[in-house]
Order: sequence, then C-alpha cells, then structure tokens
Amino acid sequence: MSDTHAQSVAYVRDTMLPEQAPPVTEAGVIKWMRENLFKGWFNSILTIVSLYFIYQIVTGAFPWFANGIWSTSSLAECREVLDGATGACFSVLTERWNQLLFGFKYPSEGYWRPTLAFVFLIVALAPALYPAAPRKMLFFTGLYPFIAFWLIWGGTILIPLMVLIGVIAGYFAFKRFERQSFAMGMLAGLLAAVVVIWAGGLIPSLLPGFLALEAVPSRDLGGFMLNMILGTVCVSLSLPIGILLALGRQSSMPIIKWICVIFIEFIRGVPLITLLFVANVVLAYFFPPDANIDLVLRVIIMITMFASAYIAEVIRGGLAALPRGQYEAADSLGLDYAQSMRLIILPQALKISIPGIVNVAVGLFKDTTLVSVISMFDLVGMIRGPILASTEWNGVYWELWGFAVFVFFIVCFSISKYSQWLERQLATDHR
Amino acid sequence: MSSISDPPSGSFQLSMLINDTRYRSYTFQFVALLLLIMAFAYLGYNLISNLQAAGLNISYQFLGEPAGYDINQTLIPYTSQSTHWQASLVGVLNTLLVALLGCLMATIIGVVVGVLRLSNNWLVRQLMSVYVEIFRNVPVLIWILIIMAIFVAVLPQPRDFRGDDPEATMVLGAFAFTGRGFYSPAPIFGPLSGIVIAVFLASIAGIFALRSYAKKALFDRGQVIKTFWPSVAIFFLPTIIVYFVLGRPITLEYPALTGFNFQGGIFMRNSLISLWFALSIYTAAFIAENVRAGILAVSKGQTEAAASLGLRPGRIMNLVVLPQALRVIVPPLISQYLNLTKNSSLAIAVGYMDLTGTLGGITLNQTGRAIEAIFLLMLFYLAISLAISAIMNVYNNSVRLKER
Repeated sequence: MSDTHAQSVAYVRDTMLPEQAPPVTEAGVIKWMRENLFKGWFNSILTIVSLYFIYQIVTGAFPWFANGIWSTSSLAECREVLDGATGACFSVLTERWNQLLFGFKYPSEGYWRPTLAFVFLIVALAPALYPAAPRKMLFFTGLYPFIAFWLIWGGTILIPLMVLIGVIAGYFAFKRFERQSFAMGMLAGLLAAVVVIWAGGLIPSLLPGFLALEAVPSRDLGGFMLNMILGTVCVSLSLPIGILLALGRQSSMPIIKWICVIFIEFIRGVPLITLLFVANVVLAYFFPPDANIDLVLRVIIMITMFASAYIAEVIRGGLAALPRGQYEAADSLGLDYAQSMRLIILPQALKISIPGIVNVAVGLFKDTTLVSVISMFDLVGMIRGPILASTEWNGVYWELWGFAVFVFFIVCFSISKYSQWLERQLATDHR
Repeated sequence: MSSISDPPSGSFQLSMLINDTRYRSYTFQFVALLLLIMAFAYLGYNLISNLQAAGLNISYQFLGEPAGYDINQTLIPYTSQSTHWQASLVGVLNTLLVALLGCLMATIIGVVVGVLRLSNNWLVRQLMSVYVEIFRNVPVLIWILIIMAIFVAVLPQPRDFRGDDPEATMVLGAFAFTGRGFYSPAPIFGPLSGIVIAVFLASIAGIFALRSYAKKALFDRGQVIKTFWPSVAIFFLPTIIVYFVLGRPITLEYPALTGFNFQGGIFMRNSLISLWFALSIYTAAFIAENVRAGILAVSKGQTEAAASLGLRPGRIMNLVVLPQALRVIVPPLISQYLNLTKNSSLAIAVGYMDLTGTLGGITLNQTGRAIEAIFLLMLFYLAISLAISAIMNVYNNSVRLKER
C-alpha cells in the first residue's frame, strides 16, 4: 500500500498504531451505567426517582424489621418494650403461629399430623413434578391421598384403606376389560370400585378403634393448612375432570359437546364467590336431608368445578394448537379414539398447556382465600377473625398481612418458576 | 376423531350399537343424556321435597317488598323503605361503578408498567418486574384488606381535622383524605351550565373535524396542516370564554367540616376506594404482562422496515407497531376486565354494597330466599360476561388478518 501511494500522497502511515484502551466512559461499570441508567435526560430522571423510591422504602422498612419484637404476648406489652421506637411486633406471629397454620380449633396435640402430611406431600409430589426422581416413588404418590386423609381427619385407618382397596380392585377390573374396549374397561373398573367400597364400608363400623387417630371434624380445619388442602385437592381433582371436559367440548357428538360447552361457559361466567355461596347455603337443598355433606366437602366440590372449567379451556387451547396431521396420523395407524388420545394427542396437548394449567393452579390457590368470606377460617379468615379481633392483638395489621403476603408469594412464585423450568425441560422442538 | 367404518355386514344387530363406530356415538350420547336427566331429576326431586319439608317455595315476591336496610353508598335515590328490587339495582350500579373505575385505572397503570418493563433503564425494569411478581402472586383479597387496613390504621379520622392546631389538614383546602373515605369538591351546575357543556362538546367535535380536514388535505393536495396546537386551543378557549361570559354558571362545592364529619362535596367511602385501588393494582400487574407480550410480539423487522421507509420513531410506534401490538393485547385485556368485574364481588369482604353485598348479602339473609337470590346474582354476572365475550368476538373479527 505505502509503496503505491508514496509519491501521490503527502503522508501515509506504514505501521499499525498500538491498540489503546477504550475511554473510561466507554468501558466497565461506567459504560454500563451510561447505557442502562443515564441514557438521555428522561432515563436519568427515571433512575433518580427509582433510587429515591428504593431509598424511602429501605429506610422506612429497615428499622421496622431490625427493631422487631419476637417474644411478647400482647400488643400492649410489645409497645411497652418498643417504648415509642419504630419496630414491628412480630411476636404476634410467634404467639399465634399454630393458629395461623392450623386454625384455632384443631387439637393442639395433633399438630404433628398435618405437619407430617405436609412433609409427605413434598415426597409424594417429587416424582410427579421432577422427572429425574426415581419412578418407584410414584407408588407412594398413589398412596398419599389415603395417608393424608387419615393423618388430617383422623379416625380409623380402615376407611381410607377400604377406599384404597376399592380403587385397586377397580384398576384390576379396568386392566382385565381394557383389551375389549376402553369404555368397557372404565365401566368395569368403576363398577368394581363402587362394589368393593360399598361392601368394605361395613368393616370400619365394626372396628371403629382400629389404628384410630383422634377424629377431627372438617369444620375444625383452618389456617394455612386449609388453603393447602383446598389448593392441592381441587387442583388434582380438576385436572382429570378438565381433560374430560376439554375432550367433550372438542367431540363430534353434539349432545356431549353442548353439555360441556354450557357447563364450562356457565362456570366461567360467574365469580367464584357466588359458587361458594351456593356451597354454603344452596347446595344442601339439592341433597337428601340425611346426606349431611359437610361444608369443606361442599366447598371442595364447588372449587373443583370452578377450576376444571378453566383447565378445560386451557387444554382445549392445547388440543386446538396441535396440527391436524397428528389426529390424522393417529387415525391412519388404526388407533381407536381412546388409544389415539392417550398415546398421541393428549401427551402433546398437555405439554403445550403446561403454562396455562400452572396459571390456573396459581390462580386457584390464591382463590382459596375466598372461603374466608363464607366464614371459614383459612389464613386470611384467621387473621381477619380470631387474631385481629382478639383483645391482645387488635391493631397489628402490617405484621400479619405482611406474613400472609410473604407466604402466598413464596408458594405462588415458586410454582410459576417451576413451570418455567418444566417448560424448558419438555421443550423438544427447536433444538 | 376416528372415522374408520367397517363395511356393512348384513342387517342391523343390537350389538352394533356398541361395536360399530357408525352407531356407537348415538349410544354414548343417549347414555350421557340419560345420566344427565337422571341427575337433574334426582337433584330436582331432592329440592322439591326439601322445600316442602321446610314449608318453602320458589317465589320472587320478595323483590317487591321493602328492604328495610340502609345502603351507605348509592348512585340512585334509595331509602330503607325502598324495595329489595331497588336495593339490587343500587348493587348493580355499584358493581358497574367499581368495575368501570377499576378497568380505567388498571389499564393506565398496566400500560405504563408494561412499557416500562421494556425500558432500557435497568433499574426501572427491575422495579417493574418486582411490582408485577409481587402483585400477581398474592391473592387480591389480601390486597383489598391491606388497603382497607391503611384506611383504618394510618389515615386520620375526620375529628383530627378539628381545632386550631389540627393533627391533619386538607390538601389544597379542597381534598380531605380520611379514614372514612376521600372527600373532594363537587361541581354544582347552575341554570346556564347546559350552554357551557354544549360548547365543550361542540369544541371536541370541532377538534375531530379539524383532524379529518387535515387528513383530507394531506391525502388530496399533499398539504401538511399542523393540528396539535390548534387542537389544544379549540379544546380550552371556547369553553373558558363562554364560562366567564355567562358568569361562572358551574361552581364547586367544597367539603367542609361540620361537627365530627365532613359535609358537602363528593364522598367516596373507604370500602369503595380500597376495592377500587386493590382491584386496579392487582389487575394492572396482569395487564402489564399482556402489554409487554403484545409489544414483543411485533417482530423487529417491522420496526426496521418502517425506519427504512423513513418514518420517524413516533410515527413508527403509531402507524406500525401499535396497530399490530393491539391485535395481540386487546383480547387478553378484555378478559382481564372480565376478571376484574368478577373479582369486584369481593366487595363483600370490606362492606362495599355491590350486588353481592345487597342481593347476595343482606337481602338473602333477611328474606332467606337463598336459591332465588343466588340465581339472580349468577344470572347478572353471566349476562355481563356473555356481553363482554360478544364484544370481544366482534373485535376479534374486525382486526383479524384479512388473508386471501
């Protein structure tokens, strides 16, 4: 280069300049701050306003947390200890801890039972939620509902045991007749289960004391335990019902389709609170006078119906998103309806629906707080009722509501993070 | 799905109802219908026999009887001598009021937060995602009760405004934020105020006329007419001039402290405000996510294509990005409005008298007409949600991509 232009140009550099470090404003932290915090006057104002906001919150909340009192037995005592200084009376949480978790009627010597049921819940959920967990643990997951029922409600172990035997009998009957047709299998399984449970129902009344824990009536359940029970039971029941409703709505049989459409649209059109009113005051009219279904069961029925309608819509979205070729491929393999759904369609449709299902599950868990409106004492009901109304703790708002916010946030946030993780695990396309 | 049909083999046999795919669906539907009818018959029989045993009947007579209870926040005239029907009407209007206010505020907060979540300011982005996560993951009932607790525990009572050295003062001499609710000045419409309002409406029409004239001029003659400052002038000037020429026919009535409470002005009860704010900030967190998703759904190529045509950033946003983003944003936005309306039934937790509080609350408890009251309550919410779905379908059809 330099040779060719040596005569025509006055000066040509013929050596490379050494590389220089970028200017201070274009490197490291300063560059990052310039680009992310102070890019233009509007951004700078936003940053300063945000910083001020954070500063206000931190300086306001820090002494409140740091001076927190954890060991007094009433608000007056706590204020005395604080002596005018800013500080939280967290002692309401320590003093009413058991009430917040288990309600105020659950027998205190039985607190270990729901706690153990909760620990088992984690063990039982692990194989369902975490694909890498050993598959043998699914056996425990199957047993869990019966163990949990026995632990929480107490009574003789024979009742859940008989139901379990009925379910197992139903399963074997289903396997026996499944070869003929799926519908026959379902029918046989259902019949076997009902017969065995009905026949086995006689035994617990003969031996009421066999391996019996102290029986706890449903109306004595309360606190966060009630939210957890309603949440887990209703989500797990509404999944299969929601799948059936979604399949029904996609069905080519007009009567079945319209039954499902009307059910789903009706449930989705009314607020959950009206359904809870139904459970509270109306549902009893629709059952025989001697049926005497207790309130928790009625609420579970209504919330399950509510959740299954929403889950059905989510799964319908997943079914509709599957390419038509999948259905046709299943047909061309000669699979019948039940086989093609179980082996081809549903696995893919459910995978697509995971984010939606988790949204419904989180929403449902949050909605379990609504039972406090029909005077059940869940976490919110406990705070509003027995604790804030008591003479010792009248006026401790922020500690209690902060605790409720914290608990619900932890649970719901981790569920949604889990679903994002699961989505990444199951993503089989775009690799 | 399975449309495989075996070749017909001779005459019809009964077993074909189960084994032949052509007839099996009839069997299934028949069985389903039969089960449904049996279930309804069972429930209906129980209902009738239970009602008979209790000496009750189904009747809507109670709607015509005097309600006998007071409602503390009403939009229409109502006394305790009014009928249950009027009480329900008050409830319906209160529901619609809080739903409307909530939708407005939730949209504003939601759009701002959604846009700020995409801002290139790191700090603001983080703050906004903290906001969204916290409010999405905690039940709205807790937020309603927390805001109610602020009223009860933090804000001053009206009596604190009394005396020479009061503990609390009114903001700008016109607004009072008390534990019972917010007081603000109310407009008093004098005899000539109709003219002022008419002029104001006419000037808004004038702005639209100016805009369409400017658009026509641009398309027909290529002439650019600036519309912003003329619009502002048309918006304010005529109304203000007429207002003063007519001698100020519209005046403000300020809330004033008399005795232990404020009188005059507009009073918004604490229950309305806590419900309104809580529903707004809760729903806004969801709307923010919808807005963010909608903006992200417009591919970057669209922005670049518009820029390469020589459009300026403001026009790119208005003409290219927003119309496409709105197609994605509006359907979930409307279903959020629906959720907000349904969540407004939580009013009963703070004692705001919406339909759930009047018809489903006090009326139900006083008359014992549980089945009728809850049936009407469900019917109302069902009607609202069906109406909103219908609007959504119309919108979806109007913005659908017209593909050939």
